[in-house]
Amino acid sequence: MDHNDSVFFMGPSGPSSNLLLDQLPSYQSLLYRRKPSVAGSSRRRSGQRTRLGSSSSWKLKGERLEERPKVAPLQRHARELPLSMVEKRRHKERHMETEKELVGWEQWWQGTRHSLKRLREEGGHLLMALQLWRTDIHVIEGMFGTGIRSYFSFLRFLVLLNFVIFLLMFGFVMLPIIAVPHASGNITSNLDNEKTCSDYPSTSRQGLVVFHQYISDLLSGTGFLEETYLFYGYYKVDSINFPKFSYNLPLAYILITVAYLFLSLIWIVKRSAAGFKQNLIQDEELFQSFCNKIFAGWDFCITNANAARLKRSSLLYELKTDLEEERIKQKIAGRTRKEKCRIYTIRLALNIFVVSVLAACFYCIYRATIYSQESQLKHQIFILELLSEYLPSIVITLGNFITPLIFSLIIQYEDYSPAFEIRFTLMRCVFMRLASIGVLLFSLWSQITCRDASCPCGYNHELYPCWESRVGQEMYKLMIFDFLIIGATTLFVEFPRKLLVTHCEHGLAKWWGQQEFAIPNNVLEIVYGQTICWIGTFYCPLLPAISTIKYFIIFYIKKLTLIHNCRPATRPFRASSSNFFFLGVLLIGLTMAYIPIIASFAQISCSQACGPFVGFKTSWEVVPRSVDQLPYGITIFLKGLASEASAVCFFVITCLAMFYVIALARAHKCVIHQLREQLAMEARDKRFLIEKLLQAQRSAARFRGGTSSSSSGLYGPRSSTSQGLCLLEPPVSTTNV
Amino acid sequence: MGNKQTIFTDEQLDAYQDCTFFTRKEILRLHGRYHELAPHLVPMDYTNDPDVKVPLALIVNMPELKENPFRNRIVESFSEDGEGNLSFNEFVDMFSVLSETAPRELKAIYAFKIYDFNTDNFICMEDLEKTLNRLTKEELTPEEVKLVCEKSIEEADLDGDSKLSFADFENMISRAPDFLSTFHIRI
Repeated sequence: MDHNDSVFFMGPSGPSSNLLLDQLPSYQSLLYRRKPSVAGSSRRRSGQRTRLGSSSSWKLKGERLEERPKVAPLQRHARELPLSMVEKRRHKERHMETEKELVGWEQWWQGTRHSLKRLREEGGHLLMALQLWRTDIHVIEGMFGTGIRSYFSFLRFLVLLNFVIFLLMFGFVMLPIIAVPHASGNITSNLDNEKTCSDYPSTSRQGLVVFHQYISDLLSGTGFLEETYLFYGYYKVDSINFPKFSYNLPLAYILITVAYLFLSLIWIVKRSAAGFKQNLIQDEELFQSFCNKIFAGWDFCITNANAARLKRSSLLYELKTDLEEERIKQKIAGRTRKEKCRIYTIRLALNIFVVSVLAACFYCIYRATIYSQESQLKHQIFILELLSEYLPSIVITLGNFITPLIFSLIIQYEDYSPAFEIRFTLMRCVFMRLASIGVLLFSLWSQITCRDASCPCGYNHELYPCWESRVGQEMYKLMIFDFLIIGATTLFVEFPRKLLVTHCEHGLAKWWGQQEFAIPNNVLEIVYGQTICWIGTFYCPLLPAISTIKYFIIFYIKKLTLIHNCRPATRPFRASSSNFFFLGVLLIGLTMAYIPIIASFAQISCSQACGPFVGFKTSWEVVPRSVDQLPYGITIFLKGLASEASAVCFFVITCLAMFYVIALARAHKCVIHQLREQLAMEARDKRFLIEKLLQAQRSAARFRGGTSSSSSGLYGPRSSTSQGLCLLEPPVSTTNV
Repeated sequence: MGNKQTIFTDEQLDAYQDCTFFTRKEILRLHGRYHELAPHLVPMDYTNDPDVKVPLALIVNMPELKENPFRNRIVESFSEDGEGNLSFNEFVDMFSVLSETAPRELKAIYAFKIYDFNTDNFICMEDLEKTLNRLTKEELTPEEVKLVCEKSIEEADLDGDSKLSFADFENMISRAPDFLSTFHIRI
């Protein structure tokens, strides 16, 4: 029957079906502040119909609100309803009236809840106002958009994190020592046969000291700086005896180290939880790429004409890239086997090349470290001495500068899709940066531990009477050098580049172009610095303070260079995924920081000549010893917690929980899929029914003829079918449908 | 406490605070901004709820809206008469919905209204093409525009009528991670 077939064509009955749809309950919230649609798209409507339309939708809304069970609409806060101010106030008053009907104590309860909510909001606003750099970041957001803003929020987060770590260290480790005028701690004396191990020659310079030696001491952490609170070696205190109790400093030192690592982990995971959900669990991130760009692509915060122009061009670029990706996807799908083989061999060869480049860099770092350590025993002229001290840092920085260029060059030959290219290059750069610290530490470790068993003290005490301080010095040097490099790059590369590009008319200068604020590289820089801070805090307790000051100054440096030298990147970084990217890389850095610390706690014997762990075999040993001194019951309990049996139980329980959650997620996905299909089916059903209804009405109208007097408001004049179906049943009765 | 302002009664400010996502200070500041748009038109004393509307042309020249390609649509979506003339209530409502703390559902409703150029309660191909052209200032070729719009509808259309109803739009927005951070204006 062609009647049924015609249902599936939108055809000329489109607009009139719209009219019917307008009267459905689900469309009422949209009709507010909108004239109900009629045939044609003109927005000038006749006043009467408008008023009728809007007032009818009003009344409908009012009735609908009262029809529904009292729970749902009245519980929603007035401000979250899509109504006009007058409506919202009415809604609120209605809500207040129902509240007045409540019994005495319920009313009081509602009142207190209301004022508590108000108080919480005010408190929240106050806290927001106290946020560091709020106006600066606001300005940056207006000029450059949300991607770059997220970089600066990340920087602010790191400043806070470092400050909190510093407070922890200061409060629990330094303050007790400083508070007591003289170290009333008992420095444990060693057993006699290890007297050589506790021999710690002072490195402070004697006699007439030339001025530049102070500078080299300041920059390398040796000399007068070595025996200060800056380094581990100074905390040679066993326990501090306060009047009422005795403070176990070694235990505090170890526990605070564990605490700050744990705190960093929790804080980062909490911050990245939202982004994590979006990025990993919703595996259809790319699925909506076009919709995302059209509807959520324009940053409404942009107020600057320049920024708007650039945002527009970056959106254009993104859309073109996406279209390109589509084309490439189709190309990849159409690859022959021969081509696939060729591509895979090329990729294998290039990956081997990458690995060899990395290996070469790591070897350079290793040799540089060994050379630097050995040359510190010799005395040289000032500049050479400084150079040899900083040699590992220089090699690492050079490596981190050259390898990204190599990576971005060879990725073009590996024939990946553009999005994957970016991500893969980034991963390689992250690996390079963080692994270079690891190699440095590894080369130090190879020097500190003895290869053969000829060490009476468990470590190379001739070269390193206090090896922790030495490691601390290396971390200190890395951090200072990193800071100097960031400052120097800004001053000597970015500002001149800007001057060159603006004043020089040469083609080369134009081609080089203005600096782009490359977010990935900047993020890697600061994550690198933060990883150094995490590793180094155990050996150099004041490092978090230095780190806080460093990031504080870097904020202003970066802001300055952004505003003066940079234009926004043509390849934009989306705010949501960038938050996840930043915190993901930070987590990798944190994981990397755990490894050396755990190794040094558990494996390497602590120095016997300096530091709080004199008398213990390894740093960790202080914990079991303190646990033994606790009351018997607690000792047994803690020992039970740390035993293998409870570890296995914990592991099994975690596995079970994980399997449960995975199964739950899978079930939810299934349900979502079914619901989506149901939704599509319902919409099709609805359209089908509307068409049927219209058809029935049309045929009934044709049957009854065109006498307008007999119409009881059901059918209008029969001048045109579409108009005739305008005033269908009055609004009230449609709710009964 | 503090300075007595005479622009609004306390009761009005209370109501504003309850009905929007702004604090009292921000509402007073918003009134200042509204007054700046048309000083001769907007009275300083709002205690008796004057019926004043600032025309569209003045509002879209505000610095916050000037660079927005959808500024006309935004203002029209919040005006009672659909022409873009906003009273102070509507002005505050607009910035409240576009503020940082407004929930996603509320923003989605208004976003749908903004992007629905022909106000037929559907985002059809023409609406999408208009949106895209406003976004890119017509720098994409017509074939590319068509392709992008087709792909978008393909991605978001659930009920298969080749245009986006509000349900489709809301579903799509709930899976767009950037929406909350981009659909907000700071004032």
